[in-house]
Amino acid sequence: MSRTRFGYEGVAVVSPATVPYQRFSIETAHWWIARAFKQSLDQAGLRPGDIDGFAVSSFTLFPDNAVGLTQHLGLRPRWLDHIPMGGASGIVALRRAARAVQAGDADIVACVAGDTNHIDSFRNLLSSFSRFSQDASYPYGFGGPNANFALLTDRYMKDHGATREDFGRICVAQRENALRNPDALMKKPLSLQQYLDARPISDPIALFDCVMPCAGSEAFLVMTVEEAQRRDLPFAVIVGTIERHNAFADDPIQLRGGWAMDIDDLYGMAKCGPSDIDLLQTYDDYPVISMMQFEDLGFCGKGEGSRFVQNRDLTIFGDFPHNTSGGQLSAGQAGAAGGYIGLVEAIRQVTGTAGPTQVPEASRAMVSGFGVINYDRGVCSGAAIIEGGSA
Amino acid sequence: MTLLEDLAGALAGGSIEIVDLTHTLDPDFPVIVLPPEFGQCARFRMEEVSHYDHRGPAWKWHNISMSEHTGTHFDAPSHWVSGRDVANGSVDEIPAGNLMAPVVVIDCSAGAAENDDFELTPDILSEWERTHGRIPEGCWVLMRTDWSHRSGAAYLNMREDGPHSPGPTPDAIRFLIDERNILGFGTETIGTDAGQGSHYTPPYPAHFYLHGAGKYGLQCLCNLDKLPATGAMLVTPPLKIRNGTGSPLRVLALKEV
Amino acid sequence: MSDPIAPPGKKNPQRRTDVPNTPPPQRSRAALGLAAAAAEGRFMLQVCGSCGEVQYPPRDACSKCLSVDLNWRDVSPHGKLIAETKVRATTDLYFRKQTPVHVGTVKLDVGPSVICHVHGDVGADETVRLAIKLDRAGQGVMMALPAEETPFMDDDPRLRETSCTPKHRRILLTDARNPNAPEIAGALKSAGAEKIFVGLSEDWRPNRYHDDIMAVTGVEMLPLDVTDSKSVEELAAELGGKTDILVNNARYVRPGGLMARGDTVFAQNEMDVNYLGLMRLAQAFGPAMCARTADGTNSAVAWVNILSAYALVNSPDYGCFSASNAAAFSLSQNMRADFRTSGLRVLNVFVGPTDDDWHQELPPPKVPAKTLAGSLVQGLVDGLEDVYCGDVAKDMIERFRASPKIQEREMTGFRS
Repeated sequence: MSRTRFGYEGVAVVSPATVPYQRFSIETAHWWIARAFKQSLDQAGLRPGDIDGFAVSSFTLFPDNAVGLTQHLGLRPRWLDHIPMGGASGIVALRRAARAVQAGDADIVACVAGDTNHIDSFRNLLSSFSRFSQDASYPYGFGGPNANFALLTDRYMKDHGATREDFGRICVAQRENALRNPDALMKKPLSLQQYLDARPISDPIALFDCVMPCAGSEAFLVMTVEEAQRRDLPFAVIVGTIERHNAFADDPIQLRGGWAMDIDDLYGMAKCGPSDIDLLQTYDDYPVISMMQFEDLGFCGKGEGSRFVQNRDLTIFGDFPHNTSGGQLSAGQAGAAGGYIGLVEAIRQVTGTAGPTQVPEASRAMVSGFGVINYDRGVCSGAAIIEGGSA
Repeated sequence: MTLLEDLAGALAGGSIEIVDLTHTLDPDFPVIVLPPEFGQCARFRMEEVSHYDHRGPAWKWHNISMSEHTGTHFDAPSHWVSGRDVANGSVDEIPAGNLMAPVVVIDCSAGAAENDDFELTPDILSEWERTHGRIPEGCWVLMRTDWSHRSGAAYLNMREDGPHSPGPTPDAIRFLIDERNILGFGTETIGTDAGQGSHYTPPYPAHFYLHGAGKYGLQCLCNLDKLPATGAMLVTPPLKIRNGTGSPLRVLALKEV
Repeated sequence: MSDPIAPPGKKNPQRRTDVPNTPPPQRSRAALGLAAAAAEGRFMLQVCGSCGEVQYPPRDACSKCLSVDLNWRDVSPHGKLIAETKVRATTDLYFRKQTPVHVGTVKLDVGPSVICHVHGDVGADETVRLAIKLDRAGQGVMMALPAEETPFMDDDPRLRETSCTPKHRRILLTDARNPNAPEIAGALKSAGAEKIFVGLSEDWRPNRYHDDIMAVTGVEMLPLDVTDSKSVEELAAELGGKTDILVNNARYVRPGGLMARGDTVFAQNEMDVNYLGLMRLAQAFGPAMCARTADGTNSAVAWVNILSAYALVNSPDYGCFSASNAAAFSLSQNMRADFRTSGLRVLNVFVGPTDDDWHQELPPPKVPAKTLAGSLVQGLVDGLEDVYCGDVAKDMIERFRASPKIQEREMTGFRS
């Protein structure tokens, strides 16, 4: 990396919107996307026609994509993107939208992710998810991502001595956070013992290691700082981002993500270090992945994730606030919106609008994304550091 | 009253009875077995074309296939090399007048019961004529063996050295042709010849001599035990197959009760 | 060691027979190469013709150099199990009945990591031999097997799902008059068949193999003539519901090509037995067998055709017989399509001239019945779809793969 990257000066991120999740919905992805989009516009006092950039992520729009949505939702953007990157969608949308606004290709970009969840949606999604998983993963028990992550959890535990209790700490802390989030699907407290005693799903993964698929949507807007200030909107600014796909392809099994390739670039760009981060939103489809992010994002060394979670308090008021809305593990996994949940929550946090889940004096948040189990591992990774903007 | 009116009256009144000498055409009915390097006599087969179903809602019918020499069947002169040049030697050419004729029945059942290879000899014919009178010219001669009471393996009676079943000697056949000028010769067994008929000179003498002389054969008959030694009539029309060498047929006998 | 599978008890007539399901059947075209390898029991992966990189999952361009010259090659199946899980929850209807499903990741010595089924005798971090097996959808799947044979390893439930083993199963062998019937019956029995029904045509004439067949324990002789639709239907009505494997050894063969014969009589017999006979059997037995592919230990599992290797390319000395086998081969592909959703496998055993009365004219090599029987049963045990038995059949398929046209020209040219 010889060239110096441009910063994101002048870009504001505003109007974080979350439509409360539902376990099952009779509505469509279009319906869910429209609701988050509108909620975000309403916060900013904008109308659909004011938007000239639109980025969308969804698994259940078929046969439509972003193009179909412009007509469906009455938009006429001059900048349009469809980002099929699952859990990395939020970070990637943020990066692209920020550059579009910075370059003047668009003035206001709406970034929206949403999915519905019908009875049997999950099975149908799996069966057409990707060619490699169709060819080489699902014919082996059709355990879906549970089985894939069970495999790498198994290896991770063997290599690094992590235990189920260690993963349980992550889940239990997130449940505690979720209990403060009125929109989280999980409403009951979770004890470590309950976690350990849960029904096995795909050894060593048990019920509370798995997210609950649901319907939901999330959105935010990207605009210039001037525009945000003119509209008197609380805003966040971006101080660094990274993105990587298919990193470490020669690793026999995934024990690290693409972050490990790019983390120095991220901190260098943000001019800060791990200790300067007030809160972390990891992509938490399984706790092992959150643990890997603690390592690969520099909060502890490789293989030290279990010791890290033993020594830190991951709750909102703890010394390492993590997945403050409860994350997907406790708030629900709303398809592509799962790639937005941490980012949208982080925008709230650094703008002081998180309400009951607000981390006191949170000014700098790291968000990381991870997505698309194309075959045996997550292919997309990304991360961003955002800070609260001064109004 | 005309003769036919008399006949109709006799049939209606029961003084003339019709006896069916025919086996049911059935895939399991044995056929003659030749050494396997020769083409074989096709077994009777039936394929259902429709059964009041999607293949034909109001009708049921079958396609059938078989050899000319399957089941109860008629042998025309052209069946054998000796009869290849006989006039009117194929089934389609046989004059209709030859399809109804008197019949005499030589009862060999006692001998056949004791000896699978029982032979019909000139002596037996002479003995029969002493009892029943001279075999008339132009009649069918049927050899009764009660072999039709057998079924399955016992019918063909195949052993390592070939099939074993009763039949006429060459001399007996020559006698019936040369001395009595019969219309044809019929049996209850699978052929007009004995099971071991290939070991006579000439081989298969009944086939050889009968057909060479323009005479006919009937085989796989049944119910011969229901016929009188003399006095019955046979009705034997084969299918009218162009250049056919034989044909499965329904063989009916008329007898006075 | 695997737990030996106990012989099944009598079926509970009040319990609904399990509905057949298949594992996920969809594959990309490239991934069908796995099914092709599995059909013959080979371990093949795509190898880049440009840089030699071994690829997995199957793809359309090399992941190292972008060459599209990817060729399926036999490669070393050895590797190490680096991760494993037992899948206990699945939305797939087939696997729901199979849980827990032992799944693992194997790092192959030749490079790629492979998600695979794992044999129960394989332990964590052990070296393994990967095999590509046909699953019940007829697709090739990877299975990690112990590096060394283990006791009763064929009885591992996952392995048995990919196998068509005769063990504890009831077999119908269609033709007691084929000289190979005693050897095939014996080999099936040795492989653990519970019952072997043997079809006898024309019981009114002797069968020289009768005593040899009846000497095999567990054999029962029943009337069956594949040229007689009624006979086939009647036996299917009696036996269709307990035929777990059907081995069609009925065959009519006479030497002679098109012009040497000069008529269609033998050809009709050949078609009637070799082609229409197969069709009658498939139409009569297929439905009941397809309905019973999930019926426990002795589920219906396979259909075996014995085809002439000259089904691939005509051998003029047996030209009409070859043609009838080409027809049967084509029909077997139709059977595969029609049986696919049930998971009932069609195994074609291709064989060159057999050592019997009808191949006296030919010089060796000829395939003895014992060899044919052994290949056939091994094919069932290994769960194959295509077996090439004997030197001639192997030679035929090798030439066929190299170039069907050159092979045709070789076989139909000026013959010395």
